[in-house]
Amino acid sequence: MTSWTEELTRARLHVVSGKGGTGKTTIAAALALALATGGRRVLLIEVEGRQGIAQLFDRAPLPYAEERIAAAPGGGEVHALAIDAEAALLEYLAMFYNLGFAGRTLRKMGAIEFATTLAPGLRDVLLTGKVKECVNRTGSDGRHLYDAVVLDAPPTGRVVKFLDVTKAMADLAKVGPIKGQSDGVVRLLHSGDTAVHLVALLEEMPVRETLDAVAELDGADLRPGAVLVNRVHPARLPAHSVPVAAEGRVEESRVRAGLTAAGLDLDEFTLEGLVDETVEHAIRVQSQQEAMELLSHSDLPTVEVPELTDGVDVAALYELAEVLVAAGVR
Amino acid sequence: MTKLDFDPLLDDLETRVLVCCGSGGVGKTTTAAALALRAAERGRRVVVLTIDPARRLAQSLGLRELDNHPREVVVEGFEPKGELFAMMLDMRRTFDDMVLTHAGRDRADQILSNPFYQTISSSFSGTQEYMAMEKLGQLVAQDEWDLIIVDTPPSRSALDFLDAPQRLSTVLDGRFIRMLSAPARASGRGLLKIVGTGFSLFTRAVSTIVGGQLLQDASTFVQAFDSMFGGFRERAQRTYELLRSPGTGFVVVAAAEPDALREASYFVERLSDEGMPLCGLVANRTHPVLAGDLPAAKALAAADDLDRSGEAPLAAAVLRLHADRVAVADREKRLLARFTRAHPGVSLVGVPALPADVHDLDGLREIGRRLAGE
Ligand SMILES: Nc1ncnc2c1ncn2[C@@H]1O[C@H](COP(=O)(O)OP(=O)(O)OP(=O)(O)O)[C@@H](O)[C@H]1O
Ligand SMILES: Nc1ncnc2c1ncn2[C@@H]1O[C@H](COP(=O)(O)OP(=O)(O)OP(=O)(O)O)[C@@H](O)[C@H]1O
Ligand SMILES: [Mg+2]
Ligand SMILES: [Mg+2]
Repeated sequence: MTSWTEELTRARLHVVSGKGGTGKTTIAAALALALATGGRRVLLIEVEGRQGIAQLFDRAPLPYAEERIAAAPGGGEVHALAIDAEAALLEYLAMFYNLGFAGRTLRKMGAIEFATTLAPGLRDVLLTGKVKECVNRTGSDGRHLYDAVVLDAPPTGRVVKFLDVTKAMADLAKVGPIKGQSDGVVRLLHSGDTAVHLVALLEEMPVRETLDAVAELDGADLRPGAVLVNRVHPARLPAHSVPVAAEGRVEESRVRAGLTAAGLDLDEFTLEGLVDETVEHAIRVQSQQEAMELLSHSDLPTVEVPELTDGVDVAALYELAEVLVAAGVR
Repeated sequence: MTKLDFDPLLDDLETRVLVCCGSGGVGKTTTAAALALRAAERGRRVVVLTIDPARRLAQSLGLRELDNHPREVVVEGFEPKGELFAMMLDMRRTFDDMVLTHAGRDRADQILSNPFYQTISSSFSGTQEYMAMEKLGQLVAQDEWDLIIVDTPPSRSALDFLDAPQRLSTVLDGRFIRMLSAPARASGRGLLKIVGTGFSLFTRAVSTIVGGQLLQDASTFVQAFDSMFGGFRERAQRTYELLRSPGTGFVVVAAAEPDALREASYFVERLSDEGMPLCGLVANRTHPVLAGDLPAAKALAAADDLDRSGEAPLAAAVLRLHADRVAVADREKRLLARFTRAHPGVSLVGVPALPADVHDLDGLREIGRRLAGE
């Protein structure tokens, strides 16, 4: 199994998806920090209106504007943007029509939410359109403003629909300004500039969803990037002890002898508890291994990210970024 | 903290409906199925309405097909004192049936084949919640079971179960579709006067974006749907009322993690605002320490000793995995204590993470025992 590849290093748009709750937002943020390490400028984008980035970086909600939110080791910078579909629609309409004050009123009435409900594809086209604009934007020196863009994307169940702009456009007007814009989005998303990473946990359901998503991405001619295996628990037992212990066989006498050697004199009850904990640990390690084995069928570069017992705060994001850098992310 | 005690609740014939809510992936479906199994084994005639159960779990309940009707769970060796029925929600079919019931035959066909209806009934984000409520209403009306246990759709936020039906109503009541599709006719109304020319510009802009056909479909749909909309909203309202009645109880499921507990907090507060009855919180997939007398620091120090001598690798590993477990358990206890401080009146039960997934009756029975605090 390889980790980060040369090909992934060339990508400029890193889309991060995965089953709900597996750690998309956390990993996207850590990935942005990792990519920024060494002096690059990276933009981290969210699109679901949840202010997940602001929460993670422990700051006030992000406006619909790019802001610098973190420094990365070696002079790098992470900027962030929360794209709001309504604001994007108004911005978009304003490019072609003069709505004047009506825009705000329409928004208050919920008319815009209505328009995006009427044509669910519209929302996705608007969001990916804005992402493309950020990826392609150049500074006054003619170089890309951002070295890389990381997108905290919708979960695996919806991500292919989200990225399959061609399909979405089939439901929308066949002519007009939005058509022209979406052609550029399609080009970007299907090019080598884009990689769609999948965050997985080593549990049966998330692994299956990951494999399904890989197939679905392939089917839509989108490029799966890496599998980011999140929340991996450390395997404490010597490898050969795992299968036996998982079956409930732990050599109690050996454990006791070892404990005594370390000066621990434990009662029978505590010892039994330790044995039970060991069996549960072994079952878990074994099922992690099985899940890993299943994941390897995807044949994608794989990076393991450890479980952090104390949860994720800003400092922990830097820790996770270091793990990614050590795995070759750049 | 009071302990949530499920057995008296399940045994009480006054308990008619239990709704299992919580944010995504916390164990709602598992909890619903485990409670239903336990109630049936304790003598109730139970039906459990599951939503998107994992395939293996569905199979173990004998749910091979999604036929939208409860089936009795017949499994070899399973002889409950009461009876257990199970079903999986088919949201599309539930919606279609509703249309068939409320609209005349001709009009129903017109609605069912409308492309806009197809979008709304298969992918609008509130539809599954609405249909879960609708199905619950139907099961109650059928009056064949003395206990109905309802799972809720996978959703980021537990609140969606209460809010989504309203969202769907708003879309279906068609105010905007009418205006978008017939601005001329509607322009005399007050609302439009306020927005004035901006609105017709907006309409034009929107129709150049979404295309005239889509607006046309939407408008046809709304016209056909209009006549049944009143009945539709009334039903939703009735089910909502049912959720407020004394025979109903909400079981909030959460993982002992910050996000899930935050969602659970919002939900608990919302229930209390709405006057909806809360049974308590299930803290699912906890990792209680099994060797409680050995402090983590002591275990780690001993493991370090052993590693230095290299003598007893197994014992050293056992000590380290114990220390990991203590750390996890401490964090879980801290998070749950924080929840309890904020909601001292909410009773709570912890269900340990079983080492393997729960996908058969034995697994469900085991969860049931833990739910009952055994
Ligand atoms: N490596 C890790 N170690 C410990 N906790 C983690 C780790 N990664 C993520 N988490 C925790 O898991 C929870 C879910 O993570 P996150 O919000 O990033 O997931 P998500 O996939 O973005 O969820 P959603 O589908 O709701 O958007 C959070 O509480 C987060 O702190
Ligand atoms: N106490 C437990 N011990 C071990 N595994 C559990 C436990 N509770 C649930 N699980 C497992 O966790 C997974 C998710 O559980 P479940 O499907 O019940 O969650 P859910 O809240 O219904 O999810 P969704 O929001 O996707 O509907 C399943 O694989 C289930 O077997
Ligand atoms: Mg997220
Ligand atoms: Mg479920």
